[in-house]
Amino acid sequence: MELFRQLLQYLLSGLSTGSIYALIGFGFAIIYNATGIINFAQGEFVMLGGMFSLFYLTVAKLPLPLAIMAAIASSMVVGAALERFAIRPLKGANHLGMVIITIGASILIRGIAMLIWGKDTHALPAFTESDPILIGGATILPQNLWIFGLTALIIVANKVFFNYTISGKAMRACSFNRTAASLVGIDVRRMVLFSFLISSAMGSMAGIIIAPLTMTSYDVGVMLGLKGFCAAIIGGMSSGFGTVLGGLLLGLVESLGAGLVSSGYKDAIAFIILLLILFIRPQGLFGKADVERV
Amino acid sequence: MKRELLKFLIFVLLVAVAPLALKGSYLLNVFVFIGINTMLAVALNLLLGFAGQISLGHAAFFGLGAYVSGVLTASHAWNPWAALAVAAVGVGLLAFALGFPVLKLKGHYLAMATLGFGIIVYIVFNETVDVTGGPSGLTGIPNLKLGSMLFDSDLKNYYLIWAFTLVTMLLSINLAHSRIGRALRAIHDSEVAARVMGVNARLMKVQVFALSAFISAVAGSLYAHTMTFLSPTSFGFNFSVELVTMVIIGGLGSIYGSFLGAALLTLLPEFLRAFQDYDIIVFGLLLILMTLFMPDGLVRGIPNIVGMARRRLKGRE
Repeated sequence: MELFRQLLQYLLSGLSTGSIYALIGFGFAIIYNATGIINFAQGEFVMLGGMFSLFYLTVAKLPLPLAIMAAIASSMVVGAALERFAIRPLKGANHLGMVIITIGASILIRGIAMLIWGKDTHALPAFTESDPILIGGATILPQNLWIFGLTALIIVANKVFFNYTISGKAMRACSFNRTAASLVGIDVRRMVLFSFLISSAMGSMAGIIIAPLTMTSYDVGVMLGLKGFCAAIIGGMSSGFGTVLGGLLLGLVESLGAGLVSSGYKDAIAFIILLLILFIRPQGLFGKADVERV
Repeated sequence: MKRELLKFLIFVLLVAVAPLALKGSYLLNVFVFIGINTMLAVALNLLLGFAGQISLGHAAFFGLGAYVSGVLTASHAWNPWAALAVAAVGVGLLAFALGFPVLKLKGHYLAMATLGFGIIVYIVFNETVDVTGGPSGLTGIPNLKLGSMLFDSDLKNYYLIWAFTLVTMLLSINLAHSRIGRALRAIHDSEVAARVMGVNARLMKVQVFALSAFISAVAGSLYAHTMTFLSPTSFGFNFSVELVTMVIIGGLGSIYGSFLGAALLTLLPEFLRAFQDYDIIVFGLLLILMTLFMPDGLVRGIPNIVGMARRRLKGRE
C-alpha cells in the first residue's frame, strides 16, 4: 500500500512537470516549423516568465493576474526583438550560424537577467492559497491543478488556432513550403514573427505556472529549455499531441527514476532518453521519417 | 607549403620568446591557459571548421581526459605520463564508438545530441563523489616529471604545454593540406557530393571526431597536472560554448584563428576583472555580432573588410 501511495505521488508530480515540458516543447516546435530553426534561447523565455512576474508583483506591486499578463507581454517583446535583431538579419545562413546565434542570444538574455535581478532564487506565490488535496493517499497541490488546467487550455487553444484561423493555417502553410506559401500571398516574414511571439508567450506561461512549485532564478531556463526540447524531439517536432505525450512521458520517467533509482541523476535521465531517441528514431516516437532533399 | 612552414616557424619563435617579455608577470600563467585553450580550439576546429560538424559537448572530452588522468595519479599513484596516455587513448576510443550513432545526425540534432552527452558527463562528474570528489573537487594531482625535472612552475609549464600545442597545430596544418583535409572540406560543403566522389564520409567524420576528442583529452590531462586540482564546473556546458566561440571568432578552418580566438577569450576575463560574472554577456554579444557581421572569423574577416573598404574608396575617386 505504501508503495502504491508513493507511485501515485510520483505519477502526479511527473504528470505536472511533464505538462510544463510539453508547453516548452510546443514553443520549440512552433518556431522550428515556421523557420527551420531550433531556438536554443527558448528556455530563456521560461525564465523570463517567472522573473518578470516576480518583478511586476514585488517591485511594481501589481496584483498577481495583472503581473502575469504583464510578464507574458514583456516576454513577447523580448521574443519579437530576438526575431527582429538576430534571426531576420541572418536570412539564408547555414545551420551552424543559426545554432550559434540562438545560443549567443540565450547567453545574452541570461546574462542581462543576472545583471538586473541578481543570482538569488525566488518563489512566486501560488495562484490560489489552499491546503493540499488528498487523492488515494497521495497529495496534490492546488497549483498542480492550475498547471493541468492551463496546459490543457493552451493545448486546445493552440489546436483551434492552427486548424481554424486564417493566421494559423497560413503558419502551417509556411511550415510545409515557404516558397509556395509566399506565392499564394502569405507574408512569410510576418508568420515568422508570429511564431516567435506565440512561442515566447507559451514559454513564459510555462515558466510562470511552474515558478510557485520549483522556484525561479536567472538560470532555470537552461535545464527546462533542454527538457522541453526533449519533449518536442520525442513528439517528432510537431506542435500536436506528439509533443504533449512526449512531455508527459519524459516527466513520468524522470519522476519515477528520481524517486525509485536516484535523485542525483534525475537530469541525466532526460538526456539519456534524448540520446536514445536521437540514435534510434530521430524522427521521434510519433513522427514520420523525413526524406533528405539534395 | 613552404610559406606555411615559414609562417609556422615565425609563430614558434614568437611563442619561444614570449616568456622573456612576460617574465615575473601573472600573465605568464594566463599564457599557460592560452596554450591549453588553443589546443582545445584547434581540436574542435578540426571537427567544426574542416568537417562542418558541430559539437556542443567538447568540454566533456576535455573533462574526461582531466579526470581519468587526475584519478589515476591522485588516487592510484600512477605515473602521470602513463595516465596521460591512457586518458587520451581511452577518450579517443570512446569518441570513436560514440561517433557512429552521433554523427549520423545533422545540424540542430547533432548540436543537441552532443550537448546532451556533455551534460550527462557533467552530471556524472558531480555525482560519482567516491571517484571524482564530486562538486568539492579532486585534489593532490602530481605535476608531470621529465627525468629529474618536475614541471611545477609557470615557466616550465608554459614550455611543456606550448610544446604540445605547437605539435597539435603543426599536425592540424599538415592534415588540412592533405588528402584527408580536402575530403573533410568536401564533406563540409556537401556530404552527398563528397560521397558521390568516393569519400567514405561516415567513417571520416567519426575519425575526425575521435581525433578531436583525443587531442581534447590530452589537453585535459595537461590541465589536470598543471592545476593539480579539478572541479566539475570547469567542464560544464558553458565551457563547451566558450570553445565554440573561440573557433568562430578566430574563423572556421583557420588554425591560427583558433589561437587568436583562444587568446582573446582567455585574456578577456582578465581585462574584465571588474565585471567578474558579467563576461558571459560579452560572450553572448560576441557570438551574435560575429555570426551576423563576420561569419568568416577575425583572421579572414578583417582582410575582407579592409579589402571592401579599399574598393569603396577607389570607387569614389
